[in-house]
Amino acid sequence: MRKLALSDEILMQVEKPARYIGNELNSVVKDTSQIRFAMCFPDVYEIGMSHLGIQILYDMFNRREDTWCERVYSPWPDLHKIMKEQNIPLFGLESQEPIKTFDFVGMTLQYEMCYTNILQILDLAQIPLLSADRTDTDPIVLGGGPCSYNPEPVADFFDCFYIGEGETQYNVFLDLYKCMKEKGTYSRRAFLHEAAKIEGIYVPSLYEVSYKPDGTIEAFTPVYDDIPVKIRKQVDMDLTGSVYPEKPVVPFIKATQDRVVLEIQRGCIRGCRFCQAGMIYRPNREKGVERLKELAVKMLAATGYEEISLSSLSSSDYSELAELINFLIEECNKKHINISLPSLRIDAFSLDIMGKVQDIKKSSLTFAPEAGSQRLRNVINKGLTVDNIMNGAKQAFEGGWNKVKLYFMLGLPTETEEDMRAIPELANEIAALYYDTVPKEKRNGKCQITISTSFFVPKPFTPFQWATMFDPSDYLSRAKIVNDHVKEQLNHKSIRYNWHEADVTVLEGILARGDRKIAKAILYVYQHGGFFDAWSEFFNYDLWLKAFDACGIDIDFYTKRERKEDEIFPWDFIDVGVSKDFLLREWKTALSETVTPNCRMRCSGCGAKQFKGGVCFENQN
Amino acid sequence: MKIRIKFRKWGVMKFIGHLDMMRYFQKAVRRANIDIKYSEGFSPHQIMSFAAPLGVGITSDGEYFDIEVNTTLSSKEAVQALNNTMVEGVEVVSYVQLPDQAKTAMSLVTAADYTLSYKEGCESPRSMSEWKEILETEFSGQPAFTILKKTKKSEREVDLKPLVYDFHVEEQGEKPVFFLRVSTGSTDNIKPELVLSSIYERLGLSYDENAIQIHRLEVYARDEAGQLVPLDALGTEI
Repeated sequence: MRKLALSDEILMQVEKPARYIGNELNSVVKDTSQIRFAMCFPDVYEIGMSHLGIQILYDMFNRREDTWCERVYSPWPDLHKIMKEQNIPLFGLESQEPIKTFDFVGMTLQYEMCYTNILQILDLAQIPLLSADRTDTDPIVLGGGPCSYNPEPVADFFDCFYIGEGETQYNVFLDLYKCMKEKGTYSRRAFLHEAAKIEGIYVPSLYEVSYKPDGTIEAFTPVYDDIPVKIRKQVDMDLTGSVYPEKPVVPFIKATQDRVVLEIQRGCIRGCRFCQAGMIYRPNREKGVERLKELAVKMLAATGYEEISLSSLSSSDYSELAELINFLIEECNKKHINISLPSLRIDAFSLDIMGKVQDIKKSSLTFAPEAGSQRLRNVINKGLTVDNIMNGAKQAFEGGWNKVKLYFMLGLPTETEEDMRAIPELANEIAALYYDTVPKEKRNGKCQITISTSFFVPKPFTPFQWATMFDPSDYLSRAKIVNDHVKEQLNHKSIRYNWHEADVTVLEGILARGDRKIAKAILYVYQHGGFFDAWSEFFNYDLWLKAFDACGIDIDFYTKRERKEDEIFPWDFIDVGVSKDFLLREWKTALSETVTPNCRMRCSGCGAKQFKGGVCFENQN
Repeated sequence: MKIRIKFRKWGVMKFIGHLDMMRYFQKAVRRANIDIKYSEGFSPHQIMSFAAPLGVGITSDGEYFDIEVNTTLSSKEAVQALNNTMVEGVEVVSYVQLPDQAKTAMSLVTAADYTLSYKEGCESPRSMSEWKEILETEFSGQPAFTILKKTKKSEREVDLKPLVYDFHVEEQGEKPVFFLRVSTGSTDNIKPELVLSSIYERLGLSYDENAIQIHRLEVYARDEAGQLVPLDALGTEI
């Protein structure tokens, strides 16, 4: 049996020792291997184990005979303290060996608030925090995932980034490494230079940034002639045929996502202007329904999970959804397996299947109008109309539902007080509809309308990348307007309102559209004890303010400043397929309060057609 | 049809707690295609109940749970099917059918055997022969062995003598190993480390729980004749 990296004494005193022992069903243990890869998720085990992307890459890497990929998650602060005190190096869960001896340390960047945890992992692993300080004996530190579409704020910590979907270039990347090691030509410098020639690989140290006096970017230039000026996003154009973990790792302790996850499509046809995922994952591509049925059966058999869920953006747009769900209902009923439905557009079809797989009395309907007024919904290109919502809600009330959840954003571009007040008014109308639709004797108590608002954060590669943000107090005053107006509604007793923190919003905004100068502040925060920022109990906004101050960083430059149309953004060197011209066109269309049709209705020429597949070529054979 | 399953748990699996072991077996039973019965209602669950929870850090050769099935494989086939889908550190050792009117394992548990041994790198404060003498003078030779038992709610005096059925020391690999048979179950549940640590206390020694590995050997019920029998002896091979 494997010897654990941590003693019994330590494991008996930390919370949930199962986070650190590995040995889970379907985890991969090899004798040893030529290439050792640590795949890290910079957050706690239960969150990281729920992430589909890591399971896909873990499976893909371990299919290679020459590679052993292991998992690493952020040790919780209780263990963190012990590891620091006793100088215990961070280890891979499978081998329990220190990852500082590995060839690669890969990290997925799923949200900005995990940036300090990148440093925690490197620090505990005893790997130099800055790429510039690493030597030939240190692992290559590699980043990927959605936040690497603007890698600049964390560029100093990484040796390279993989931009896009992992299915396409990782084999080429690993082959290059192996070949250089075998030939004896490997050095960190030489490898990174060669890797930078692989499409989709970005080596920050090989690109220089110069700034204008106003702090914006003057130029972004490669230091060698033989590496690309622009880094092209990688896209897997054959989702049906590509690898997928048929035997995912099954944790012993309850993970956030404790079920089989079937990815039904990537990308989205909708084009909501605030949504980064909807732009960077273009073009929309579906996984064939027959392959999905086969995967569902295999994965359930290989894991024993009692639940299965579907994963994608805007799942209702998957063209064979009815066939897939009907298959799953039949298959799962036999085996007492639950189906966890994604959020679906509310219509007769979705209400029918919701009625089949959920307890109507307990479940609720979810609408995400995102903005309260039709005017603002046109600005953000959210096609949902009041009629859509009212028709859906009416059918649902007739079907026995009485709980409705409504999701909105505050702080959207052009938002006025009228738009804010439209939020409670819409909730009130829905409540009124319930009392009009359902006769007293058939009512199951009051209806419950829950409004949740988050504050909008402009993200790179969206039409709103030019938008300005606000101060935390301004965000909170917007929430107050909504809250006060909720109380003025006739049906206010049926309406509940929750809103998010404003400090986190501002910080997320800085990190999302930040440049290389931000890295210093992240380092400062970590060195002064800040990490696990994604957890409200650990998030310390004052420490961040102190860090920005100490590093001479002007927060307003990143948040409240008006960006010019021709400004060079820190992320402009990445080619996501969707052109900056298109994004700018969409920004202007947004300001004119005009809707752009979705990809199936009409092509808007965003640029993603260059990938030669997916929705761009539907019905064209 | 009622089934009782016995399994072993060792190595790193000692860090997986009782509730997570239940979740583990719920999935394992599905993977092994055991035709388990489900409860009625909107969210049916498997009919499965564990005998005696095992604390985190403790290994075992005698863990039990009961399930109900619609149809069954033979004992041998079922053990094989389950073991094909185990992780390292868990092994199913028996699968027996119970009489229809059988009570649950949980309600039958009355005693359990344990060994307490010094972990690698940890030395016993007394020699083998000293321990033999100590157990005789401090425990076996005494009419009573009264300790203060602390629970979350109260403190009370308990005489351990009638609740400890056996307490002796054996030599394994030059180190003493304590063997304990103690009362177990919903009434008079005695943790083996309570007995040993009380002896330490009498000797004025400090008891370091990290120095000692607790291992459960077997869990017992009483048969009609009042004799202790392992829980799976109440069922029959299929």
